[in-house]
Amino acid sequence: MFLTDYIKTVYGTLGSLLKGMRLTGYYFTHKKEIITQQYPEVRPVLAERFKGEVVMPHNENNEHRCTGCTACELACPNGTIKIVTKTEVNAEGKKKKAIDTFVYRLELCTMCNLCVQACPSDAIIMANNFEHSVYDRRQFTKVLNLPGSKIMEGVE
Amino acid sequence: MISLESLNRALQHWLQSTLGDPWAYLVMCVLVGLAAITLFAVLGLALVYMERKVAALMQIRMGPNRVGPKGIFQTSADTLKLVMKEGLTPDGADKFLFNFAPFLVMIAAMLVLAPIAFARNFQIWDLNIGVLYVAAVSSIAVIGILMAGWSSNNKYSLLGAMRSAAQIVSYELSAGLAILSIVVLAGSLRISDIIASQADGWWIIKGHVPALIAFVIFLIAVTAETNRAPFDLAEAESELTAGFHTEYSGMKFALFFLAEYINIFIGCAIGATLFFGGWMPFHIGHWEAFNRVMDYIPSSLWFLGKTLFLIFLIMWFRWTFPRLRVDQLLNLEWKYLLPISMINLLFITLMAILGWHL
Amino acid sequence: MLEEIGTNDQGDMIINIGPQHPSTHGVLHLVITLNGETVKKVEPHLGYIHRSIEKMCESLNYRQFIYVTSRMDYLSSHINNHACALCVEQGLQLEIPSRAQVIRVLLDELTRIASHQLWWGALAMDLGAFTPFFYAFREREMINEIMEETCGARLTMNYIVPGGLMMDVHPDFQRKVKAFLVQFRSKIHEYDELVTGNVIFQSRTKGVGILSKEDAISYGCTGPTGRGSGVSCDIRKLYPYEIYQQLQFDEVLEQGGDSFARYKVRIGEMIQSMNIIEQLIDNIPEGDFQAKTKAVLKLPKGDFYSRVETARGELGVYIISEGGTTPYRIKFRSPGFSNLSALDHMSRGGKIGDLMATMGTLDLVIPDIDR
Ligand code: SF4
Ligand code: SF4
Repeated sequence: MFLTDYIKTVYGTLGSLLKGMRLTGYYFTHKKEIITQQYPEVRPVLAERFKGEVVMPHNENNEHRCTGCTACELACPNGTIKIVTKTEVNAEGKKKKAIDTFVYRLELCTMCNLCVQACPSDAIIMANNFEHSVYDRRQFTKVLNLPGSKIMEGVE
Repeated sequence: MISLESLNRALQHWLQSTLGDPWAYLVMCVLVGLAAITLFAVLGLALVYMERKVAALMQIRMGPNRVGPKGIFQTSADTLKLVMKEGLTPDGADKFLFNFAPFLVMIAAMLVLAPIAFARNFQIWDLNIGVLYVAAVSSIAVIGILMAGWSSNNKYSLLGAMRSAAQIVSYELSAGLAILSIVVLAGSLRISDIIASQADGWWIIKGHVPALIAFVIFLIAVTAETNRAPFDLAEAESELTAGFHTEYSGMKFALFFLAEYINIFIGCAIGATLFFGGWMPFHIGHWEAFNRVMDYIPSSLWFLGKTLFLIFLIMWFRWTFPRLRVDQLLNLEWKYLLPISMINLLFITLMAILGWHL
Repeated sequence: MLEEIGTNDQGDMIINIGPQHPSTHGVLHLVITLNGETVKKVEPHLGYIHRSIEKMCESLNYRQFIYVTSRMDYLSSHINNHACALCVEQGLQLEIPSRAQVIRVLLDELTRIASHQLWWGALAMDLGAFTPFFYAFREREMINEIMEETCGARLTMNYIVPGGLMMDVHPDFQRKVKAFLVQFRSKIHEYDELVTGNVIFQSRTKGVGILSKEDAISYGCTGPTGRGSGVSCDIRKLYPYEIYQQLQFDEVLEQGGDSFARYKVRIGEMIQSMNIIEQLIDNIPEGDFQAKTKAVLKLPKGDFYSRVETARGELGVYIISEGGTTPYRIKFRSPGFSNLSALDHMSRGGKIGDLMATMGTLDLVIPDIDR
């Protein structure tokens, strides 16, 4: 019948709307359900694998593990890494290739992790840092090996 | 006891005794104007803040909490930003109408303020056709919206304005019928009479189910008339970017924004006056002690509380429901709300004649 | 005055929606012809986010090009990577360790759920309801955290390499995924209460944007868009890859062809994906996560094609190799492009609001269409 259908529609409509309002009303009254994280005060807990930036760890004697083999430069899909090598003469008078500067351009990096995978001597790793903003884009071009750093003993 | 009524009396008295009649009235007019503008500013800020907090809590967020304690100055900061922005007038726009529209909307909102009773005997103008005046003047706003949409010379704005006009014109009907049903019960169009008729109980209780139905219809119609979700087709941002105020920026945009909230406030204040007894405290039959306690709460608080409750309901709708489509919106009005409210009005008239209400 | 506001010679109004518009989810540009509120024609314009990924891939070697494909359909980037890896492995005739296969499938399904959750929230937003978006993101966040822990990134994972995975899963992986399943199953009723059962939502989507079975086939619609029209097109069932053959799951089919049918397909798919994850999560085989590969990958001369089911439909990867270290030519068959092509057909005669609902249920990701 037309009239019963009409009343049923009105009734069903109100019912479904009230159901939705009950749900939002529940969240309105339950403050503990809030999921906002107060970012600058509460530091986010990042996963250890989080890929934020490529860094080169140095030990306390200012030594790193990079041999200057350029495997990472070749593996990088977008030319983020540029390695400048120099020839060093060691104590016994033997000539050896070593890195002069490890140039890393953060603005080009896509955090794909391929360079870290390619490095044969685990000289570079991914760091968790994610707050990269700077006022001058030139600051994005970084030199990863610290000034005066040397290659670690025993890394070939 | 200090109340708005006694303050008002004292002020009036003092003015009259120091300045004499015509001047006292002039000063009163200026004071009322200033008070209205202040009320608007405060209401706008407070309601926007309330909306943002309500929305945030429903969306499991925290909402504004940085500017000032609990973020209460957030909306003031936003207003400051809007004031400092450039008010752009597009090249192809009709300059005069474009700049006039936001003020027209604002003026319409201000005019409706006149007959609203904020507390016991505290009213700007208690005219004898109060409810009719409200219904008539509140529809001036649609002219402003149409003006804004047309003069912007923007297709989104035009569509939004057309939608808004169709919507407000249709929902005016069921809002009017819902208002009428209370007028029938109370037997007067004067707002103070309507409130006085609820001294022994609010109409929503005294009027049984028909009054409840009228209330629901009124609430829906107010939501629609103020262009709020789920009826915010005039500014449906996923369809028309911002609808009729797409081209507005800076302070002119802020006026539209403010007018929206003022209109909600006024709509809800009327709803509270008609169905919940305005400033009238909650009384139960002959429980004298209980009634005495209720009377102790200032009447302005009663009014504000009821209005805020209705405003909260409207915000609750907005943050729960999706938007209707334009043809469904009109279907809802013409196929459901209008017939229901007509039949409802018949019932209420019958009730009033036979004296079935309490 | 009419000429000033842009009409064509029949007096219809022409409106540009996009490339910057709140509901096009990106830089899609639609030129719509309107008669009043009724849509007469929809013309999508592309190219605003064209990055020539296919051409770029020609200069990258077979290890490198995979990461670029994360930037196509960024909501199912893991599945894109998977398709590319499958194609390269097909050329190299590599045998993938079963542990890697299972983990790949697990992450695929997690990605699918995350993508559908985002779609659910965005659809509700297109229809004017803001709150569902936040509820959807609450559960999606859990998936993102799982991804972050295991892959090191939340959106563009790049976790798959030819031959297996880049690294093993995080020790917490199983526990977290189970916690997610429990949480999501306890919350999925909210999706029904807030959106599915809502009359306004139903009246906005039922009978709107109808795509018949024949049209779906002739436009090449795949994924939930095709299945909403009753076309059986789930690549996981039709051309099973990895271990999908051994899994118990249903292909969700709806016959309606309207927006609500597409909606129901996606909701059903989330549940099916959860079933798949439940079957696998306790049965991750031990072993290597990567097959032994040469340092420099070279595909033999010839052409290779692989197809997978992304969250949006069938993604095909076609590689022509001349025997070198880089592809000679590469072509992606992206699901979004074909689905978008049906938009004009679906939204003609509807209202502007219907166009938004239809577009929402097509689940368009513009970088996937434009590449
Ligand atoms: S993470 Fe990728 S893009 Fe960045 S430097 Fe390493 S290889 Fe290059
Ligand atoms: S970082 Fe590793 S791959 Fe790169 S040059 Fe140094 S040793 Fe070689």
